[in-house]
Amino acid sequence: MRCGAVPLPPFFVGGMVCWWNGRLLENRLGLRTPLYDLHVALGARIVDFGGWDMPVNYGSQIEEHHAVRRAAGLFDVSHMCVLDLRGARTREFLRKLLANDVLRLTQPGKALYSCMLREDGGIIDDLIVYYLDPTWFRMVVNAGTRDKDLAWIRAHASEIGVEVQERRELAMIAVQGPQARAHLASLLAPPEAAAALGLGAFCGAQLGAWFVARTGYTGEDGFEVMVPVADATALWQRLNELGVRSCGLGARDTLRLEAGMNLYGSDMDESTQPLESGLAWTVAFEPAERRFIGRSALEDLRAAGGGQSAIGLLLADRAVMRSHQRVATAAGDGCVTSGTFSPTLARSIALARVPAAAAIVGGTVQVEVRGKLLDARVVRPPFVRHGRVLVELDGTVTAAY
Amino acid sequence: MENVPADLKYARSHEWLREQAGGDVEVGISDHAQHALGDLVFVEVPSVGRNLQQGEAFAVVESVKAASDVYAPVAGTVVAVNEALAKTPELINQDPYGGGWIVRIKPSAAPAAAGLLDARAYATLAESG
Repeated sequence: MRCGAVPLPPFFVGGMVCWWNGRLLENRLGLRTPLYDLHVALGARIVDFGGWDMPVNYGSQIEEHHAVRRAAGLFDVSHMCVLDLRGARTREFLRKLLANDVLRLTQPGKALYSCMLREDGGIIDDLIVYYLDPTWFRMVVNAGTRDKDLAWIRAHASEIGVEVQERRELAMIAVQGPQARAHLASLLAPPEAAAALGLGAFCGAQLGAWFVARTGYTGEDGFEVMVPVADATALWQRLNELGVRSCGLGARDTLRLEAGMNLYGSDMDESTQPLESGLAWTVAFEPAERRFIGRSALEDLRAAGGGQSAIGLLLADRAVMRSHQRVATAAGDGCVTSGTFSPTLARSIALARVPAAAAIVGGTVQVEVRGKLLDARVVRPPFVRHGRVLVELDGTVTAAY
Repeated sequence: MENVPADLKYARSHEWLREQAGGDVEVGISDHAQHALGDLVFVEVPSVGRNLQQGEAFAVVESVKAASDVYAPVAGTVVAVNEALAKTPELINQDPYGGGWIVRIKPSAAPAAAGLLDARAYATLAESG
């Protein structure tokens, strides 16, 4: 969302203003994953998320959050869209389509995080792409952007003879936390368990009927597992029996925000580009001859300098920063793109976009929270990774961002 | 699923009210409200002695996902606040009608005159909202 955008009017759950990641909560019939009935049976509170009826929590979001930081939790991420891209020129195609460079993927199973950009540099989506073999890549894109992503990808793929296949027959379950990998491996036959435990960070492998990848969106170790729909419910229940806690999208959001990971639609969208969204590290400008879509727009922006930067914020006051709140700085106004209460830090944290001159680690800005201007300290995300707090909670060190 | 005790009165904005011996009333938010908000993380309570109009926002309950004002179901004076909520806001989630009380008010008029709902009417409202 472009800073300064007027938020949508609030929704009232009887007198109560309810936002979810800056999106409106609505009562409407949505799409359902193969695990929907199980979520309901487990007592989940269901909300709309990008058109999907998804579990937001199974009781306490905070306890689910702690379970992932301290032990293990599991999430239904079957609403996300898995695409297989096949064809002799698939690598060449992805080198044009994506801002990051799939040529970096040399080992089969290795994954890469990337933005997919418009010609003007605006972010169509962020995604993970796996290199499976020289003619086969797998992409996982966001649920809420599926239709436009598919239209964009297919339009460009057809020019170059790449086949795009959506894999709706797969369910996806994320098992996250320091004990997550051991629990999942215990459900596999010995050779497959060894292979799963041998996966390096950001690597996946087809193990029997399951595709197991050492990826996630929580800042903890773990796996994301793609399984045939018929296996999904039993897998979930067996993990529950091992003590892996069912976790909803609420905990997923606080975990990813503590881990300093962006959420599409909140921290970036088509009106923003990667360099002002904390994602410069995902844009491969080298080699210079790779003309990916959006490259010239980003080069112009980079040459112009200035602009805006994404930062992390820590609040000392007993209040919670929320998306769309104004951030007042000496260099002008910015805005909070995602804000929440951090269960690990027991205080509010946020991602924000501010004028680049105000992006000084250790500096102080002011956030307008419910009509009051509160001091917030600029920090460099992540806030928490692998169970450890990575920001100085009361630090005074000032450094260039 | 959600608990609506029969012996309390309720406001349409999801506060409950308990008449106490001596004429004071205890006020909190309903089980429906705490479910809708999710885990409470901060509660801002008024100071003792503050005079409230009926319908005036006097407290803020903030959860992981939203902040919400709490409105006075009756006019009166705040005579006590639940200090425990400063350290343990989750009392509202765990025990919304007991340990999660927010304030006690000495009403300036009889609460019966305040246009509140009984448990059955409130349960219907909560179900539809």
